[in-house]
Amino acid sequence: MPLFLRGLGNTAWICLIALIGALLLGIISCVMRLSGRRPISFPATAYIEMIRSTPLLAQLYFFYFGLPGLGLSLSETQTGIMALSLNSGAYIAEIIRAGIMSIPKGQLEAATASGLSLYQRLRYIILPQAIGVTIPALLGQMIVLVKDSALLALISVFELTRAGQLMASERFMPAEGFFTTAAFYLLIYFVLKLLSQQWQKRLIFQQDRG
Amino acid sequence: MWGTYLENLIESLPFFLKGLWVTVQVSALSLIISTLGGFLLGIIRSTRIRTVNIALAAYVDVIRGTPFLVQIFIVFFILPEWGIQLEAFTSAVLSLSIYGTAYICEIVYGGVVSIPKGQTEAAISGGLTWPQQMRYVIVPQALRPILPPLVGQYVLLIKDTAVVSVIGLTDVTRVGWFTVQRIPEGILVFGLVGLLYFFICYPLVWLSNRLETRLTTEKSTL
Repeated sequence: MPLFLRGLGNTAWICLIALIGALLLGIISCVMRLSGRRPISFPATAYIEMIRSTPLLAQLYFFYFGLPGLGLSLSETQTGIMALSLNSGAYIAEIIRAGIMSIPKGQLEAATASGLSLYQRLRYIILPQAIGVTIPALLGQMIVLVKDSALLALISVFELTRAGQLMASERFMPAEGFFTTAAFYLLIYFVLKLLSQQWQKRLIFQQDRG
Repeated sequence: MWGTYLENLIESLPFFLKGLWVTVQVSALSLIISTLGGFLLGIIRSTRIRTVNIALAAYVDVIRGTPFLVQIFIVFFILPEWGIQLEAFTSAVLSLSIYGTAYICEIVYGGVVSIPKGQTEAAISGGLTWPQQMRYVIVPQALRPILPPLVGQYVLLIKDTAVVSVIGLTDVTRVGWFTVQRIPEGILVFGLVGLLYFFICYPLVWLSNRLETRLTTEKSTL
């Protein structure tokens, strides 16, 4: 049991750091993608489409086996966090883009007409509204991120799935090991799902009032 | 230095293509099974019969709440303990189908319940039986909201087949994993693996983008 609690703790902080990285990457690449200038939008589009079209496992191995060859030696955990952030960043970019598209065009035009700079438009007009409506989808992406972090077990990062694997291979109890792992993931899933539903109710409530 | 590795890599290209073929087979089989299963369960779920609904909701939650890696470990390591011996390929297709069915079930369910109630009522007044209502009235209309997320789900499923490499199935990812032991250039080897997946997935990603924009608004810039 202490094995699983340590695994759970590691899964939690790995996911939190990866999430912060992914949010930053997502916002930056989304803003770049929506820019009208091709040299700016193209790299972001390429990044997003490339990530979306290849499996996370291949990306993980790409960094895990590839970075040392470039003279960059990161620990397994660091490599894992990096791969997770890059992966989720692309999906978050798409989620935020959908949020931005949901803002009426007149608002953007009004903001531009009032002489706000791009940064001000993002900071005061676009992101506050876009983030609000995308919170449920972002929580959904967070669920995906937590589940994806299971793959880090394959590059021997010690987290929840690895704990189950160890239980299976060292104590020959695969059933106990993997069912416990699954139970802990379910716990995280239900908490996040509940949060997402609460937020959705709030959104509907706000719309009703407005 | 990359030159010699590149030559080695080109020599082992046939292995990669063999791996790709395994990936394609696993993906195609599990996509077909989960589409059929997902539509069936999704339509059944939309009847909102209480017990059935609770059971299906629980199934979907358990599958969506746990990582696919853990699911495939359960299928591959625990079923044999209970006396069910499966080959790696069968285990892979089985676990992918169980996994895909849950997601597609939700998509279909969401699409079917989005059809206005009046349609069902009209179909009932028209004297159609339940299968006829579904076949001729509800499902054809529901396809419109179902298709874009369904194609997106296909892409996710194809990408998730990479995970089956961990139970020893020699798909593209596993071939890459073997190759990188011989040719220690991860960037090259997994760049190639990524490229092969890209060839399969990108057309679908493109299609899903197209379907989505056709159903929503025009493009806007910041």
